[in-house]
Amino acid sequence: MATKADTAALPAEPAAGSTFPMLVLIAGWLIPGAGHLILGKWVRALLLAAAILAMFIIGVALGGKLYSPNTGEPLDILGFVGDLGAGLPFIIGRLSGLGQAPVLTAVADYGTKFISIVGLLNIVAAIDAHSIAIGRKPA
Amino acid sequence: MTLSHFSAVLICAACIGIVFGITQRAEPKMMIRFGAYTFVVLVAVTIAASWGMWLIKH
Repeated sequence: MATKADTAALPAEPAAGSTFPMLVLIAGWLIPGAGHLILGKWVRALLLAAAILAMFIIGVALGGKLYSPNTGEPLDILGFVGDLGAGLPFIIGRLSGLGQAPVLTAVADYGTKFISIVGLLNIVAAIDAHSIAIGRKPA
Repeated sequence: MTLSHFSAVLICAACIGIVFGITQRAEPKMMIRFGAYTFVVLVAVTIAASWGMWLIKH
């Protein structure tokens, strides 16, 4: 049986049909760490943003590729889905023309992998923020 | 910008460790422990796999 202290530690249940958890999820996807920031977890938000953005910037600086969706190659499409997880950094990078040079060196290939990993890590972070918002994970 | 394979592994493992630590555990102390554990495991497995590939080649 939950004690009074346990009950107090749990976040308030969102109202049925509340858009708040979805807002947290989308914000966390678009801007790394934003989901946790909305929830008031600013230290976690700062660490997540620093880790994810640093890895993205290093990936681009290494000459990594930002995938596009319309090459027809299944692996490129998978790469694009992974990259898209990075949210706005990926979109801004694509619009700025970054990551378009052919990957010719091993170092640039590391960069490509860094960017894909960033997308996946950002999705994990956004889902974590969503889990906290709906009360599935203790705050 | 250039990186050695090893420094790339260290950066990658550090970033993954931070994200996994925060997202996979609820208590701050456990977050630090799990983040450090993830970092060590990723680096150790990469080094072991590298030596494994070297042994296969030779």
